[in-house]
Amino acid sequence: MQQYEWDFGAVLAYWPMLLHGLWGTVAISALAILFGIVGGGLVAAMRMSRHVALRTIGTAYIEFYRNTPGIVHFFWVYYALPVITNVKLGPLEAAVVALATQSSAFYAEVLRGGIQSIVRGQWEGATALGMSRADALRRIIVPQAARRMVAPFVERSFEIVKTSSLASTLAYGELLYQGMQIASITYRPLETYSLLALIYFALLYVLSSLAKILEDRLQEA
Amino acid sequence: MSEIAPSTTDAPILRSENLRKSFGPIEVLKGIDLDVKRGDRIAIIGGSGSGKSTLLRCLNFMELPTGGKVFLEGERIGTVRTARDGSQSVTYSERELMSVRRRVGMVFQQFNLFPHMSSIENVMEGLVTVMRRPKSEARARAAHELERVGLSDKLDVYPGRLSGGQQQRVAIARALAMDPEVLLFDEPTSSLDPELVGEVLRTILTLAEDGRTMLLVTHELGFAYRFATHVIYLYDGVVHETGTGEQIFRNPQKEKTRAFIARSSEFSL
Ligand SMILES: Nc1ncnc2c1ncn2[C@@H]1O[C@H](COP(=O)(O)OP(=O)(O)OP(=O)(O)O)[C@@H](O)[C@H]1O
Ligand SMILES: [Mg+2]
Repeated sequence: MQQYEWDFGAVLAYWPMLLHGLWGTVAISALAILFGIVGGGLVAAMRMSRHVALRTIGTAYIEFYRNTPGIVHFFWVYYALPVITNVKLGPLEAAVVALATQSSAFYAEVLRGGIQSIVRGQWEGATALGMSRADALRRIIVPQAARRMVAPFVERSFEIVKTSSLASTLAYGELLYQGMQIASITYRPLETYSLLALIYFALLYVLSSLAKILEDRLQEA
Repeated sequence: MSEIAPSTTDAPILRSENLRKSFGPIEVLKGIDLDVKRGDRIAIIGGSGSGKSTLLRCLNFMELPTGGKVFLEGERIGTVRTARDGSQSVTYSERELMSVRRRVGMVFQQFNLFPHMSSIENVMEGLVTVMRRPKSEARARAAHELERVGLSDKLDVYPGRLSGGQQQRVAIARALAMDPEVLLFDEPTSSLDPELVGEVLRTILTLAEDGRTMLLVTHELGFAYRFATHVIYLYDGVVHETGTGEQIFRNPQKEKTRAFIARSSEFSL
């Protein structure tokens, strides 16, 4: 077998493209996480509502996203949505909408899990003082649940960063898409995709270190 | 309680008429009449599952009664709606329930302190969040209540670092800070090691000296005897017998009461 000659130099020459891709990945992920948290709060509130109708909607939403593949959401938002609504989203917007709606479902479950892990006695202690449900949540339940939610929350966010690579299928210039371009220009897929894996790894490693700091902070409080 | 000479003369603070509570098909409270006057101390005794906790929880509406009426300071809790077919139902607004729970305090068997807050923060919480008092005022009040239960040296300690008896005294201080008109205790010493029971019971007795109106569910019959102006023996969701401590413990009229008291004090010294 012929010895393969590694040549990262040829790939690294295209570093501005990679940087552009990294920025694309960060942009999609950050927006999806942000909107996902807001949406997740709403879905969790529905899921735990006292009204059956809201609860049903919340549950259906979560089940829908749990049981359909992510790439279908991307294609649906990008190709199908314009057909029925006349709204034509760009690749970035479409990717963010697809990812954020999907992550809302997953964040909702993280929130609900955290809140329900707080024992009933805490609700009783709070309501026996005359607290409203909202105050009990805000002052008693959520502060205790927050600690338990950090780990699953970080896990979900990692999932989002990784899933953002699906935006490449919409020809959006995030990391994977840029990598595909570089690989086809340089004919060096081995170096290109190895490098991509390294960049994703570094990105998530930085994120997990930040999460660790946050977790320690919450533990002290 | 109407057949007993009242310890005080004014109108009842808390009153229930034919109070009922079902969980699904199971009726747990089967029509309880209760008359609590200012300064009354009522001990509720009875076997496991007789509905003692459910009764207390219905009186501060942690559970919604499924029948009957509850009056606080003469005012009926809940709004009666008459349907077109003439049937009546009672609805409760969240706001009204919040106000009732603030006025009828509760101390739990499991304390239910907030573990992410220090003792003084636990006691301040209701004052700040519910009563909207300024923090400095709440802090002073909370320190005072903790002093009253003998915990001035534990203000900044978190519940996890306190003994069970100390935790329960913080819980009592937390309830007292709201200045409740009636204070409910649901087996406040049942989850404590025996050597810690005394400090909590002594704290409750000091409240009695202050003239607090209290209802207490307990298995400590000796304490109930010392504490109570009235005793209620609950059996199968009804008030089976009621009277003064002297009457119920020394001279019970009904067979089941007598048997229960004999059973419960079998091994007392
Ligand atoms: N939330 C609930 N749902 C269904 N059944 C309940 C509920 N709460 C209480 N019960 C039932 O109601 C009955 C009375 O319960 P309750 O807790 O009032 O008894 P208790 O007199 O306080 O007993 P114990 O001495 O064991 O504390 C029991 O049979 C219990 O199983
Ligand atoms: Mg009980």
